[in-house]
Amino acid sequence: MTDRAQPVFVARGVTKVYRSGEVEVHALRGVDATLYEGELAVILGPSGGGKSTLLNILGGLDSPTAGHVRFRDHQLSGATERELTRFRRDHVGFVFQFYNLIPSLTARENVALVTEISADPMAPEEALAMVDLDHRLDHFPAQLSGGEQQRVAIARAIAKRPEVLLCDEPTGALDSKTGIKVLEALTAVNEQLGTTTAIITHNVEIRRIAHRVLHVADGVIARLEVNPTRVKASEISW
Amino acid sequence: MRTLDRKLWRDLSRLWSQALAIALVQACGVATLVLAVGSFQSLLETRTAYYERYRFAEVFAQATRAPQQLTAQIGAIAGVATVEARIVQPVLLDIAGMREPATGQVLSLPDHRQPVLNRLFMRQGRTPQPGRSDEVIVNESFAQAHGFQLGARFSAIMNGSKRELQIVGIALSPEFVYALGPGDLVPDARRFGLIWMSESALAGLYDLEGAFNDLSLRLLRGANQTAVIEQLDQLIAPYGGAGAHARDEHPSHAFLDSELEQLRAMSRVIPPIFLLVSAFLVNIVLSRLVALEREQIGLLKAVGYGRWEVTSHYLKLIAMIALLGVLIGAAVGTWLGQGLTRLYADFFHFPFLLFQRDPLVYLLAVGVSLLAAFAGGAGALASVLNLPPAVAMRPPAPPIYRRWISGRLAAVRALSQLTIMGFRHLLRWPLRSFLTALGASFAVALLVLAIFSFDSIDYMIEVSFDRAERQDATLHFFQEAPPAAAQALAQLPGVLQLEPARTMAARLRHGHRSRLIAIQGRPAGADLGRLLDLDHQPLRLPETGLAISEHVAKLLALRRGDLVQVEFLEGQRRVVETPVTEVFQSYFGLVVAMDQAALDQLAGGGPRIDSARVLIDDAQLDALYQRIKNLPVIGTVALQRLAVAQFRATIRENIAMSVAIYVSFSVIIAFGIVYNSARIQLSLHGRELASLRVLGFQVGEVARVLMTELGLIVLLAQPLGWLLGYGFAWGMLKGFESDLYRIPLVVAPSTFAIASIVVLSASAVSALIVLRRLGRLDLIAVLKTRE
Ligand SMILES: Nc1ncnc2c1ncn2[C@@H]1O[C@H](COP(=O)(O)OP(=O)(O)O)[C@@H](O)[C@H]1O
Ligand SMILES: [Mg+2]
Repeated sequence: MTDRAQPVFVARGVTKVYRSGEVEVHALRGVDATLYEGELAVILGPSGGGKSTLLNILGGLDSPTAGHVRFRDHQLSGATERELTRFRRDHVGFVFQFYNLIPSLTARENVALVTEISADPMAPEEALAMVDLDHRLDHFPAQLSGGEQQRVAIARAIAKRPEVLLCDEPTGALDSKTGIKVLEALTAVNEQLGTTTAIITHNVEIRRIAHRVLHVADGVIARLEVNPTRVKASEISW
Repeated sequence: MRTLDRKLWRDLSRLWSQALAIALVQACGVATLVLAVGSFQSLLETRTAYYERYRFAEVFAQATRAPQQLTAQIGAIAGVATVEARIVQPVLLDIAGMREPATGQVLSLPDHRQPVLNRLFMRQGRTPQPGRSDEVIVNESFAQAHGFQLGARFSAIMNGSKRELQIVGIALSPEFVYALGPGDLVPDARRFGLIWMSESALAGLYDLEGAFNDLSLRLLRGANQTAVIEQLDQLIAPYGGAGAHARDEHPSHAFLDSELEQLRAMSRVIPPIFLLVSAFLVNIVLSRLVALEREQIGLLKAVGYGRWEVTSHYLKLIAMIALLGVLIGAAVGTWLGQGLTRLYADFFHFPFLLFQRDPLVYLLAVGVSLLAAFAGGAGALASVLNLPPAVAMRPPAPPIYRRWISGRLAAVRALSQLTIMGFRHLLRWPLRSFLTALGASFAVALLVLAIFSFDSIDYMIEVSFDRAERQDATLHFFQEAPPAAAQALAQLPGVLQLEPARTMAARLRHGHRSRLIAIQGRPAGADLGRLLDLDHQPLRLPETGLAISEHVAKLLALRRGDLVQVEFLEGQRRVVETPVTEVFQSYFGLVVAMDQAALDQLAGGGPRIDSARVLIDDAQLDALYQRIKNLPVIGTVALQRLAVAQFRATIRENIAMSVAIYVSFSVIIAFGIVYNSARIQLSLHGRELASLRVLGFQVGEVARVLMTELGLIVLLAQPLGWLLGYGFAWGMLKGFESDLYRIPLVVAPSTFAIASIVVLSASAVSALIVLRRLGRLDLIAVLKTRE
């Protein structure tokens, strides 16, 4: 499917340099990458390799030091803070390693937080049902397990029917069994809604569920790999 | 937005105790503002309305005996609108059932018309029948103090003979809102009464038919007051005119002014303190909250909330706290303000009260509170605004502790590691620690400010009446008399010591400055009426020249050796020049003294006396009082011991209310500061403290880390608070300085001690409340979550 699909994200020559005092850290050194419509891409690589930096730039959380990033026909590199906020609000769903739920809001409210500012959202209840959490609507984050919290975060990300879903180590804080439930939820969304999905991980096992794998190391895409033998999330383990 | 607002409410209800602590501090500021401004405006409006409706005069003058026809000439002075001439005389009163003699002032009421100026507000009864010398109106507080109803009777010595008077009316007068008797320091309604009588009757009693001795004027708008006073002085000079003056030297008006000035000072000094402290509290609480919610802020931005939307969420949070403070403060301030205004009305005897509820005050309160809160939160809000969403996803770097305290020092090694942790926390954020101490020091300072007046006033009384004016009473003759007249007084029962004196009305001029000030003649070597030098040591009165008090020196820009022009306003009315030969200390009024022989010589007309200071044998007090009540030569009596007692009682009553308010205020500040700092320390070091608990330390031991830090801060706040309190007290007294009195700044060590004890106790209680949370630390949860 990757052959004929339209590119959603196109990144060319993206570099990112962090300066903290005297020290310069080159997090990305000229990355060329493309994400295609409807695919599930896994971004794999060792810790500190620049995966999060790349994902943050694609998601409009951060801007590259140099290079170009395009989302469909929006130029992201060089966009203003306002435009980037608008872009995130309209097109992107995020899932983070530590869930980043608002502790003082219930599961339903955490989802509503996003649907309220979206153009064509699904009902929070519907989004939570998609991740099998319709029985936990009124629980606060502290009353949910780690896996459940992460699934609330996924429901929050998909409730606005985003075009892309960007997940930074969504299973990083979870044990294998719970992690797999979370991956099941993500693949289900990718298949049912056709949402272009990128999942960051340093866990090699997870690459087996991807259409494509981008290997990131030392700030560059070291290797691109098409996965001809995709398996279901339930079939992997670590 | 709705869901974000829900978070707001949940955050508020989670932080309620901290939010409330801040709101209460704000409330104190708002309450003081509303109270002071509200009372100021109410009092001012009430006074203005009272003056207008009852036509309080603007210029006042006294003479010995001026013909009625003169009023036409006075009325013709350019700028004069209305003239009221009347008779006013001092009287000695004999009231059944009252041990000591009372004094009074009897004033004439026109016979067939309303007075055009200084009209009476009739509470009860009617005006006296024209020509009836036994019917009078008295002022309400005097009637109340003696339980007099209409029809009651009392006696007065009028022009040498005792007369029985019957009360036919009870009234209030705009002239005597603050009715001070001779020699009194505060009003004493029991010992001083105002008596109004028919003009023809009073003229008959004092042989003043067709004449007057007291003048009141009202001026046309835009009139030149100084010019009017000058011309008036010229017209009445031949008739014993004793110098005209405007309202600002009218005793009742001047006292009201000083009261208003105090309210104004209060509204300007106190609220900023609270707003400053609350801004600081908002600062530390919001900074911590934002640090804790970095990831939530990042998330909100990541999912598409704009930076201003997210910032306004926190802005709303502090606005809610500020508004809560305004709400509480406005309610309490309004309530206290009504109480205070009513207290004023009682104390000052207004016929009506105009409560001013100026919406502007409340708007101002909302404005300054929000401003203080936003200013306090500005730093944290800016960091919310600028927090990049990507960075917010990462935890902040742990703070770097410097080795401020070397572990190698023997003294330090003796301390436990826990105490050292406390020290390091304190020094890790030195500015915040200092500001916290500064905040707590305001609590101490406020208490010092509340209590020190007792010390200062006690000292002022001691200096003024135990060391300077040491007489028990001063007896005033009805008329000036030759020095031999003192002999008659010396033979009164119980008079142990007697010092004759002479007081002459005069206008003192130095350069372009001039002032109506009576010159007191005192006998050489006076032992009762002494003067004190600037170090409060008794002073020998110079044989010639004027001795002037420090305040007079300041008013007329005089120094020892300067020549002063003295225009005597009685006797031969000489105008002479004489040097200042001494400057002395005096806390009450404007005092100028002179050796009596020198005064007699300077004024001309031979030696005269008009009063005598006396020392009284307590055992014969009743006999003495009895004699005085029947002594025709006595005009008025100033009973100094009773006056001082009344002064102490009044001051104590007035200060008691403000002490109660200030104590609550400073407890609130202490609580707000200590509670919030402790909560923030607990939040900052919760992990560390929980780890200590896991390692096997007891709650009490872990508490030491918090206690070391808090304790040092609170201890540092004490000397800082004493210093600040001393400064505030100095500023307050400077602001209150007036011609009526100057209070010396004295703060007793016990005042500092009391202030510290209150603040330390309040701090200990608030720290204990937080320490209870230490026992409830969820060890596992704390260790599982990432910082
Ligand atoms: N805000 C930042 N400031 C400085 N250095 C950073 C910042 N963010 C990331 N880095 C550095 O950039 C490099 C890449 O980081 P990151 O993209 O988070 O890697 P990964 O997600 O692959 O673990 C690392 O060396 C990291 O320390
Ligand atoms: Mg990462």
